[in-house]
Amino acid sequence: MIGVNLRIASRALCATPMRSLLTVLGIMIGVAALITMVAVTAGAGGRIDEQIRSLGANLLMVLPGSQTSGGARLGAGTRHTLTEEDAAAIAHALPVTAAPTVSGKAQLVHANRNWSSLVGGIVPDYLAVRDWRVARGRPITAADVARSAKVALLGAATAKRLFEDVDPIGRTVRIGRVPCEVVGVLAPKGQEGSGRDQDDVVLMPLSTARARVLGGGHAANRRSVSFILVKAPDAAALEEVERGIATLLRQRHRIAAPADDDFIVRNPAAAAAAQAEAMRSLGLLFASVALVSLVVGGISIMNIMLVSVTERTREIGLRQAVGARPGDIRNQFLMEATILAMIGGVTGIGLGAAVSTLIATLADWPVRIDPLAALLAVGFSGCLGIVFGLYPAARAAHLEPIAALRHE
Amino acid sequence: MHPPLIDVQGVTRTYRVGGRTVAALHAVDLTVRPGEFVAVVGRSGSGKSTLLNILGLLDQPDGGRYRFGGEDVGRLSRSARAALRSASIGFVFQSFNLLARSTALENVELPLIYARVGLAERRRRAAEALAEVGLAARARHAPGQLSGGEQQRVAIARAIANDPSLILADEPTGALDSRTGLEILALLQALNRRGRSIVLVTHDATVARHTQRIVSMHDGRIVAEEAVGSPLDARTAAADGGARRPEPVP
Repeated sequence: MIGVNLRIASRALCATPMRSLLTVLGIMIGVAALITMVAVTAGAGGRIDEQIRSLGANLLMVLPGSQTSGGARLGAGTRHTLTEEDAAAIAHALPVTAAPTVSGKAQLVHANRNWSSLVGGIVPDYLAVRDWRVARGRPITAADVARSAKVALLGAATAKRLFEDVDPIGRTVRIGRVPCEVVGVLAPKGQEGSGRDQDDVVLMPLSTARARVLGGGHAANRRSVSFILVKAPDAAALEEVERGIATLLRQRHRIAAPADDDFIVRNPAAAAAAQAEAMRSLGLLFASVALVSLVVGGISIMNIMLVSVTERTREIGLRQAVGARPGDIRNQFLMEATILAMIGGVTGIGLGAAVSTLIATLADWPVRIDPLAALLAVGFSGCLGIVFGLYPAARAAHLEPIAALRHE
Repeated sequence: MHPPLIDVQGVTRTYRVGGRTVAALHAVDLTVRPGEFVAVVGRSGSGKSTLLNILGLLDQPDGGRYRFGGEDVGRLSRSARAALRSASIGFVFQSFNLLARSTALENVELPLIYARVGLAERRRRAAEALAEVGLAARARHAPGQLSGGEQQRVAIARAIANDPSLILADEPTGALDSRTGLEILALLQALNRRGRSIVLVTHDATVARHTQRIVSMHDGRIVAEEAVGSPLDARTAAADGGARRPEPVP
């Protein structure tokens, strides 16, 4: 019976292709909006995960505050107010790991190749804080830092640039003017949220970097650092740790109540979450478009089914005369409405995929087209067809056979 | 003696038209035995079509009793009536009522679909029914590609497809020229000879002379019943008519 109804329905729909197409437009747009919404928000979730994965989980970044020069504030990190002692104090006062870091750019040279890379002066905790693994060789140790050893850890991209396929471990790289022994190569970490390649980096002991490569720190404080990375034990503790750092640093830097902080505590995961939140509101917008379109689409299906029932009253009368039960007639029209809605669903998936891809290209945003969501969308539109087809189908089923047969 | 196939006692049917009550049938009594070929004649408005609709379970009487094959069917549900139509009654209409977008074979399959006959069996029986009306070669044609007579043959094949005990024909020759009409009557007579009961409604007295019994209606009442002594044989008449008025060659 289902096969028969399927054939009746497809024949009826193919008889008026333009009308069928216009009827499914609402459902099509609705499903497309639904697919786009899911794709965009799924992409948002993916981006947070990616951010956390690449930067390190439960991470806070403490930067020196803005320096004011002639009334113009120069932006975060322009003052040299953070020191290694601040990092030690944070690690001591709070249940966290704190990694003071200096950073800058330097020219790297190996044999006849050279490359400009980001230089990080680090302490051993840095790698743990960033969840960064050493792929080959050994990490930078406390002993390296203590004796300002001329050693370097290469990022995967840097290693490739300078050494191609040669194993760099044990070889010498000149960083600025300082020849350093490569002791290890880091595991690849990929791009960070802004698109910068995190593997294009060279890490060396904090003491070595500050004293020999990055110009000996600031004159005012030879122990100053570029930033301190702080790793909280879990995500729930992040806010508390953030407050704790603020209180501690205001005390240590002797900042009285009305004055601004001379440091900035940044929560990269929160920033990513805010971005994701924005995308979720976009998703919500699509969801409301979807809702309206689906309802309108459902109503247009109901409308066209009512037209179809009226047009085919004689056919209904005939089917009743040759033995169709009211249920048979009802199922026939329900099937037709359902197929109509599902055609809208399937074409809507295509449209939604196209829109999602467009957003991915225009907004540089990762979208993920979920096959499960696509399947659900088709199922849902089918249900929509049943719901909105129910009334016209019931009307067809309750036509009086003689009245239907006499209908012109 | 068999119980009557149709046993109608005092059946009435009234319609409300514009606030007035119009009686289409006044206490009609009628019996049809299995294997009979009965004509119901009368002018338009005499109630003959209303009676046919009630006999075919398309309409329900307001009063009286209707037994079909011994079973009281006056108060059956819509579904039960549909099931009984499906199993026992075949309809032939004046305007054929074929589905234009389906082939002849598919049209004949229709009652078998609603009788829940499986695809292969359905195809086979529909093809048999088409062969019985002499249209085996036209199975794949759409109604639009068939002549009026052929369309009515397809409709008759559809009526007999599920092997019903009763065929109800409402002015089956009304839309056809007289020669084609005779061919259709010949076909109905042949079906009747093979044991099918037929009730035929017509306003044409000549058409009625091809049956075994004529029931005349007037103003919702049966006014006369007459057995036809020697029914006309539509086969010879059709042959004669064919000789006198040859089909124009296209």
